[in-house]
Amino acid sequence: MLRRSFLLGLQASAPFILVIVPFALLFGVVATEAGLNLAQTMGFSILMVAGAAQFVALQLSQENAPTLVILITALAVNLRLMMYSAALAPLVGQASLWQRIVIAYTLTDQSFALTMDMAERAPRPLPEILAFYAGTAVPTVLLWYVFTLVGAVAGTAIPESFALDFALPITFLAMLAPMLRTLAHVAACLTSVLGSLALAGVPYGMGVLVAALLAMAVGAQVETWQKREAA
Amino acid sequence: MDDLWTLILVLGLGTFLLRFSFLGLMMGRQFPRWARRWLRYTPVAVLPGLVAPMVLWPDITGGEVDPARLCAAVITVLLGVVTRSTLYAILGGAAMLYGLLWMLQ
Repeated sequence: MLRRSFLLGLQASAPFILVIVPFALLFGVVATEAGLNLAQTMGFSILMVAGAAQFVALQLSQENAPTLVILITALAVNLRLMMYSAALAPLVGQASLWQRIVIAYTLTDQSFALTMDMAERAPRPLPEILAFYAGTAVPTVLLWYVFTLVGAVAGTAIPESFALDFALPITFLAMLAPMLRTLAHVAACLTSVLGSLALAGVPYGMGVLVAALLAMAVGAQVETWQKREAA
Repeated sequence: MDDLWTLILVLGLGTFLLRFSFLGLMMGRQFPRWARRWLRYTPVAVLPGLVAPMVLWPDITGGEVDPARLCAAVITVLLGVVTRSTLYAILGGAAMLYGLLWMLQ
């Protein structure tokens, strides 16, 4: 049964291979071109395991931004991970300390979204959730390491015509669209879009987080209304 | 380059602590019901906001709306909603993006 959950997790995360591989390659190439040695490039991917924030930190350090600014900006980009941590806690809060440490280290947008989606479809016992999560996290993290390494070693510039800048948006949209199952999910999604566009000028990406809080409130409120109507 | 290692280590630790925060603190306690209802909407509240500016104002065009990227995004969402499949959404979106970039070049 646990084996099956693990395999389901693997299967669910398979489409992201198409995106993680080029994205990790790109990081390896860009970091090496920026003058980082192999250990530093791998240090980023192994210690942070956070695609978007790694690119932000790299770019700012190239622009000679003050270290404190780089720290604040990159961690602000990752602040959403704290929301993910809070959202996963009710699902896996009963796991052992070591299990929660491993979950925290490997927590990415993909693994989080897939596990939340799986648990929302039907309640499952903790070991199955953990096995499913592992199935999503193991390939994601390993591919991130391996293809950062390949990019750093083999690195030649990837032509702009590959449009790799759009790999991340397509992944996030493709994860998100199948989750729009109820009116509440759609309302939360639209609030998030409009909020983040309206707050695009807010520094350090904080607009997205404010928009996310608004969107969560809207989703929860619509769910409450719908339940009341159904009752 | 020692500065860079300091940066990498602090970013690694900081990122881990953000991820561990609530997972570490819960210790078997439960959030109140209203908070759990809010948290269920985290994925659909965070991901669209992250993506929206990248779709409408891509860095690579200097923030100009790019028809190829915009259409690719729309197709990805439509396919995802209709097929409920992330894989088909990614493939369709990528095909649309490369097709349009090729036609519009």
